[in-house]
Amino acid sequence: MEIRILKKRLDIGRQFDDFLDKVSEAGLLFKTGIDAYLSDNIESFEKKIEDIVETEHDGDALRRDLEETLYVQTLIPESRGDVFELLENMDALLDRFKGALWQFNIERPQLFKESNEDFRELTSCVVEAVEAVVRSSRAFFKDISSVADHIHKVPYWETQSDKVASRLQQTIFRQEDLPLSHKMQLRDFVKHVDKIADRAEDVSDKLRIFVIKRSL
Amino acid sequence: MFLFFLSSGLFLGWSLGANDASNVFGTAVGSKMVRFRTAAICCSIFIVLGAVISGAGASHTLGKLGSVNAIAGAFIVAFSAAASVYLMTKVGYPVSTSQAIVGAIIGWNFFSGSLTNYHTLTKIVITWVACPILSAVIALILYKVLVLGIYRMKLDMFRLDSMTRYGLFIIGAFGSYSLGANNIANVMGVFVPVSPFTDISFLGLFKLTSTQQLFLIGGIAIGVGVLTYSRKVMTTVGEGIMKLSPVSALAVVSAHSLVLFLFASQGLEAFLQGHGLPTIPLVPVSSSQAIVGAVIGIGLLKRGRGIRWRVLGGIASSWAVTPIIAALVSFISLFFLQNVFEQKSYRPVAYAITSEAMARIQKQGISLKETENIIGKEFPDAEHFYSALSKSKNLKPKERDFILKSAEIDNMDITDENLETISIDPHWITQKEKNDLEKLEGRKFTHKWQLDEALSEISPNWRPSENDKKYDENLKHKLSHIYEKFRRHNN
Repeated sequence: MEIRILKKRLDIGRQFDDFLDKVSEAGLLFKTGIDAYLSDNIESFEKKIEDIVETEHDGDALRRDLEETLYVQTLIPESRGDVFELLENMDALLDRFKGALWQFNIERPQLFKESNEDFRELTSCVVEAVEAVVRSSRAFFKDISSVADHIHKVPYWETQSDKVASRLQQTIFRQEDLPLSHKMQLRDFVKHVDKIADRAEDVSDKLRIFVIKRSL
Repeated sequence: MFLFFLSSGLFLGWSLGANDASNVFGTAVGSKMVRFRTAAICCSIFIVLGAVISGAGASHTLGKLGSVNAIAGAFIVAFSAAASVYLMTKVGYPVSTSQAIVGAIIGWNFFSGSLTNYHTLTKIVITWVACPILSAVIALILYKVLVLGIYRMKLDMFRLDSMTRYGLFIIGAFGSYSLGANNIANVMGVFVPVSPFTDISFLGLFKLTSTQQLFLIGGIAIGVGVLTYSRKVMTTVGEGIMKLSPVSALAVVSAHSLVLFLFASQGLEAFLQGHGLPTIPLVPVSSSQAIVGAVIGIGLLKRGRGIRWRVLGGIASSWAVTPIIAALVSFISLFFLQNVFEQKSYRPVAYAITSEAMARIQKQGISLKETENIIGKEFPDAEHFYSALSKSKNLKPKERDFILKSAEIDNMDITDENLETISIDPHWITQKEKNDLEKLEGRKFTHKWQLDEALSEISPNWRPSENDKKYDENLKHKLSHIYEKFRRHNN
């Protein structure tokens, strides 16, 4: 019985890795998806949506499995609540990537050339912020003392994405030939994407507390 | 009748299981690393194994309960200790069985007019203070070392979790094993000389001696105590004083085991002695005190913020109250036993400075000038004799103890009949030793020391060694067994 539990425990470490891989993967799919959309490569864009839906589905299944194992096997009793919360939050980030891409697919907003570069930069900042949270979370499980090496990057990317988002919104609203409704639609998209970086920062703030709680 | 007397031992075993055993797994259960059921089952199994395989035999107890010289008295002593431990278990405080036993023996001493050895008592009481402090210090150091090791090894969360769990499990099992081995004598030791069991052999594979069978029963009683009633105390130990993280729980149980080992290891004592280092007194320390001390140690490391002082105060006062309750219960029940049920709860030990004793005392160079009036006079018990002796002001405490020992009356007849009751056991009394005893046939002794001297004249094997404590201890138990066999029963 004991051997089985040990094996399970090694498995669960791998499962966490897999789950974080999914979050990271979703970020990359989001980035390439937006890129495809901006380059009018709709076929590739739709493929990315299919992929991200699948990734999200896998991530959900992994998360449920992990949560169940944690509780059934009463693993890491003192941090279980925190790990549970971290899992939920990371999953929420994954969902946001998928949601944003879906929104693009539903509304198919008409972007103008001048905003494309900024949009790409915004996406990149957001993905970097999430990537930093993923790395911090990995460190939280594997080597708690190295969390600090990654976590400080999250606020940096969040600030960057805020800056780009503001700039992008200014550009949008200074377009004279666009109707207000169109401007507002584009602004919503910018905010939608920028929100992901905000959420990533929230997660990193919580993670910081979890680290303090776990420090021996 | 034996079974009736055994019942109080079983009661003591049960309350020991319900209280002391909680210390071993309390922190593991409190930090939710091990489930209560798993802990209780593992703990019970290892207690039974420890009791049967390396139960320390009669040696421990006879030292502690040695003076309790009638089975009914032993019954009451065990019962009072068990009752007070049960009471404390009911309110959920970790107390120690040895404290309760010491209290109960003092109650018996008061009742029977025996003297309490204040030197030993002080030594024991001092360890009650020293043990938690030492345990706190060790826990602190262990925790620091563990944390350093964990950071160095860069363990991932789940590996650390499983390693801590295994650590808690292994140390818990080890602790249960030694708890069984050390404490079984408290529970069953008094019944060893009167056990009606015979050796049983299982298909010739292994053999259970009558003592082991007795210890098995006692071990099971402890195990049942763990399974049925230990939850409350476990909660107090594991969560009540402060919330422990799994790693600190590991440090706490390790410190607890280490302290118990330090105070109980004859090997360590021999090692220290051999290297000319000061030794640690080998006294029965309480695992409850060790564990509570260790928890406080961890709490202080975190600047005492997490410690619930109210719970701690409750525990400390329960430690003070337990021996008192045990002494009172013991005294009152002895009174009832003696006067209502007319059971003999102690064998009166008379004292007199006979001419032989006088010669022995004078040989030591002790002058009895001021106490000439007591020479030849018989005193009904130690208390009376001691107070008469105390009138002489210029006797040193050591000299007084010597006179006391020399004057103790214990009439013994070495008869053929009595000799036959001594059975040969290669681990206990050998054929050669019996032959030595046979050489004394027909002789009568008034004092124990006379028999000791007569025996040591026959063979040097009966002489106490200079530095082998274990040998001396063993010899002492052998001799008290022999006194028992040859004692003249007047009534």
